[in-house]
Amino acid sequence: MESLKNIESLLYFSPEILLVIFAVAVIILDLVVKDRESVAVAYLSLVGCLCTFAAVLFTHFSFGDEGPVSLFLGMIHLDAFSSFFKVLLLLATAATILFSLRSEELDARLKGEYYALLLAITLGMFLMASSTNLLMIFISLETVSLTSYILAGFLTHSPRSSEAAFKYITYGAVASGTMLFGLSLLFGMAGTGDLTQISGRLTELLASGEVAPLAVLIAITFVLAGVGYKIASVPFHMWSPDVYEGAPIPITAFLSVASKSAGFALFIRFFYAGFGSTELMQAVDWPFMLAIVSALTMTVGNLAALPQQNVKRLLAYSSIAHGGYLLMGGVLLTSEGVGAILFYLVVYLFMNLGAFYVVVLIANEVGSEMVEGYRGLSSRAPLVAWAMVIFLVSLAGIPPFAGFFGKWILFTAVLEQGYYWLALVGLLNSVVSLYYYARIVKAMFFEDAGEETTNVSFSTGTFALLSVFVIPTIFIGFINIFYTFSNISVSVIPMQ
Amino acid sequence: MLLSLMIFIPLIGMVAVLLLPRESEELIKRVTLLFTLIPLALAVYLFISYDRSNGGTQYVHGPVPWIEAFNIQYHIGIDGLSVTLLLLTALLGPICVIASWRNIEKGIKAYMALFLLLETGMLGFFAALDLFLFYVFFELTLLPMYFLIGVWGGPRREYAAIKFFLYTLFGSVLMLVAMIAVYLNSGEPGARIFDIPTLIALASTEGHALNDLNFQIWVFLGFFIGFAVKVPIFPFHTWLPDAHVEAPTAISVILAGILLKMGTYGLVRINMAMFPQGLDHFTNGIGFWGNSLALLGFINIVYGSFCALAQTDFKKLVAYSSIGHMGFVILGLAARNSEGITGAILQMFNHGVISAMLFLLVGVLYDRAHHREINGFGGLGSRMPVYTGITTLAFMASLGLPGLSGFVGEALSLLGAYDKFKMLTILSTIGIVVGAAYFLWTLQRVFLGTLNPKYEALPEINGREILTLVPLGILTIVLGVWPNFAIDMFRESVTNLINLL
Repeated sequence: MESLKNIESLLYFSPEILLVIFAVAVIILDLVVKDRESVAVAYLSLVGCLCTFAAVLFTHFSFGDEGPVSLFLGMIHLDAFSSFFKVLLLLATAATILFSLRSEELDARLKGEYYALLLAITLGMFLMASSTNLLMIFISLETVSLTSYILAGFLTHSPRSSEAAFKYITYGAVASGTMLFGLSLLFGMAGTGDLTQISGRLTELLASGEVAPLAVLIAITFVLAGVGYKIASVPFHMWSPDVYEGAPIPITAFLSVASKSAGFALFIRFFYAGFGSTELMQAVDWPFMLAIVSALTMTVGNLAALPQQNVKRLLAYSSIAHGGYLLMGGVLLTSEGVGAILFYLVVYLFMNLGAFYVVVLIANEVGSEMVEGYRGLSSRAPLVAWAMVIFLVSLAGIPPFAGFFGKWILFTAVLEQGYYWLALVGLLNSVVSLYYYARIVKAMFFEDAGEETTNVSFSTGTFALLSVFVIPTIFIGFINIFYTFSNISVSVIPMQ
Repeated sequence: MLLSLMIFIPLIGMVAVLLLPRESEELIKRVTLLFTLIPLALAVYLFISYDRSNGGTQYVHGPVPWIEAFNIQYHIGIDGLSVTLLLLTALLGPICVIASWRNIEKGIKAYMALFLLLETGMLGFFAALDLFLFYVFFELTLLPMYFLIGVWGGPRREYAAIKFFLYTLFGSVLMLVAMIAVYLNSGEPGARIFDIPTLIALASTEGHALNDLNFQIWVFLGFFIGFAVKVPIFPFHTWLPDAHVEAPTAISVILAGILLKMGTYGLVRINMAMFPQGLDHFTNGIGFWGNSLALLGFINIVYGSFCALAQTDFKKLVAYSSIGHMGFVILGLAARNSEGITGAILQMFNHGVISAMLFLLVGVLYDRAHHREINGFGGLGSRMPVYTGITTLAFMASLGLPGLSGFVGEALSLLGAYDKFKMLTILSTIGIVVGAAYFLWTLQRVFLGTLNPKYEALPEINGREILTLVPLGILTIVLGVWPNFAIDMFRESVTNLINLL
């Protein structure tokens, strides 16, 4: 495939360019607007998301629709796969901006920086979803990581938030260092950074005996440290509960959904495009390694979530577990597996963001992030409580909610490849997960609020935003187009 | 179309109830009653107009493509077995609404809305002809039930609710694996299906992947555990006494009357019809595995009965007696012959009616005395003669007195089972003797003897309560003397089923 040169690529790169323009515009607007209470910057960033969304659609339907386009001399690809993730990421960013508008924990003085960083991190994630070069992969990953460190520590008055940022940096530095080492090993062996060529080169070298399989395995494992860190898979998950607990709630929501999605985009492209060939896998059995990681990730996530009293922390562990479910799709090396991951990510976006939105609302109105704070919510705020039930039950994977359909196609893909043990581990895990989701439901519905019996009222805007998450969580599974959509997006990833 | 209407009318009712203001409680109750009476009217119509001479699927709606990527269809229809259980479900619907009329103090709106959702799940389950749809309806009953027990239940309701939820979900996920396995083996990619009638045909086609003995055994087990939790079959039964004791009266009625039948219905519809070779492996009477299903039936009967004998809580006694009586269904099904299966299906219906009566009666007493300790009563017969009369009828029906409905189903099940499992059948009759013992002993302790002075002012059963019991009482008598009233409905369907085995 012919790669486009730098200047020619710019038009294809318009979504990313727009994000940069809007990030700068947000900073400038923040300087101009004197009123500290003004939310103009938030709305400007929303407009930015909207314009970028239009640009994504434009680039996709004018160029990317016909097949992958290689940009910037093979650094990134524009294809259905990356467009899919760009839409997903923009949805998550827009939701996070709306959450942040309603969140009361953020410092009003730092609004400009906050929203500019959000747009910057989205840019990094866009690149993660489209990078096809080892160097570009690392740069995009670092863009996202560095920005997340700042955002996680954004509550300057909260020691927990600073602690979160510090932990995040420490773990992150180790993970990216390890990953960089792995990348350099790969580059050294294959002599190219281009993912599309690495597979062929390594296969040749392995066949001629010039490269030992162990060396490739080590390199892949090192890279996995970086990717595993982003998707919070065992054993690189330790940062996530602390960071999720300490970070501002909108950022926690953003990290748990967008960061994970971008991590999976990178993961799929790296492993499928770079290491998916049969010859390569005969030498290096990375799918089996991933299957173990996947089983461990969901089990550790779910078991650790069981005793949690802080809802944010509980959802952090639940999101680790969901990373484990998603990884199952990654070990399969089938388009069904990847299709299932993409579908699940869409579902997960709505149900998880919805759950976090409720956490924002409760933190504002009740002032608690603990499970006790949810007591008696069914009588104090019935609509919000029922919405939360729908999100949690969907996360547990119970029909008729979207989470069930997501799990269903994931497990179908897993069973199709004969990974019966993995599917059983996954399904038993979803039974375990029900227990801790039900704890929140129990607090909301089966327990009394105690002295606090006043009704909590919310604005119409709140309910409107809530329904943006509730309605897809109920209906996505019933709508054909989503299945088709995720299948089309898969088709561009080379499968051997 | 008629059938779809029947299934989704309660769902429309749920939306209607949700739109009503929370304060207008009377209106909410009336609307709910209306939306449960319509399915009852439709069910009666279906029951009457169902063509008995043809045991095949009737009133089919669909298949309408639903999720095309997986060939999932909306496909419903009823045969004789479904229509019998649909009638039972539709009948218990309004009865439970009436039984909840005064007893539910808080959140009547949410209660009624959840109840209607539950009814849609149950009705849809008995009519589904697509395996995926079947599973979705099966699971749809979980969430409302969890809330109905957890919010409106007794003191240990939280524990009982989550236990019910976790046990059932555990069974369901194994069922899900089995279901996916069936789907994946049903054909080449792109041609895979969930359509139950087609799957049944494929499974009996020589050489098809679904026909493989080993495959059938494993898949049979997966589905079996899913349904066994629901029935409940020993050792998956421990959620049942907890759930029953804590659930409000009407919910106990639904639990015993319908939800347990969902398990046995699933065994007939999926395990027996779709995996005849798997069934054969567990019921051919050779060796341990060949006797295992009958053995489980036997354990249920004897274990349930002895546990019931040991109870001092009235409701727990009825709950354990349910376990015992469901054992006859399992035993009858294990026999695989016409008598056994007919008896099992009849027993499903009869148990639905009788256990509903028993739980309603326990509820009546509990509403007055606020406890259920059997030894705490005595001599109520003189104080509440009508109540005593109805209770005696229900007890007699349940313990299998000839002339009442309980006898026919159990007798037929035993008759069928005796053909194949002589020893187990003979031993199972212990359950009947013990059943008579605990019911008569309870009768004696609660209604005979000297009246406990505390209960001298206990009011007699009222009109509303009698209204809920009368239709069930009539059914027990009618089915006792004229069992063909029900058997005619599913005779041909049973013949069709046996032809598959």
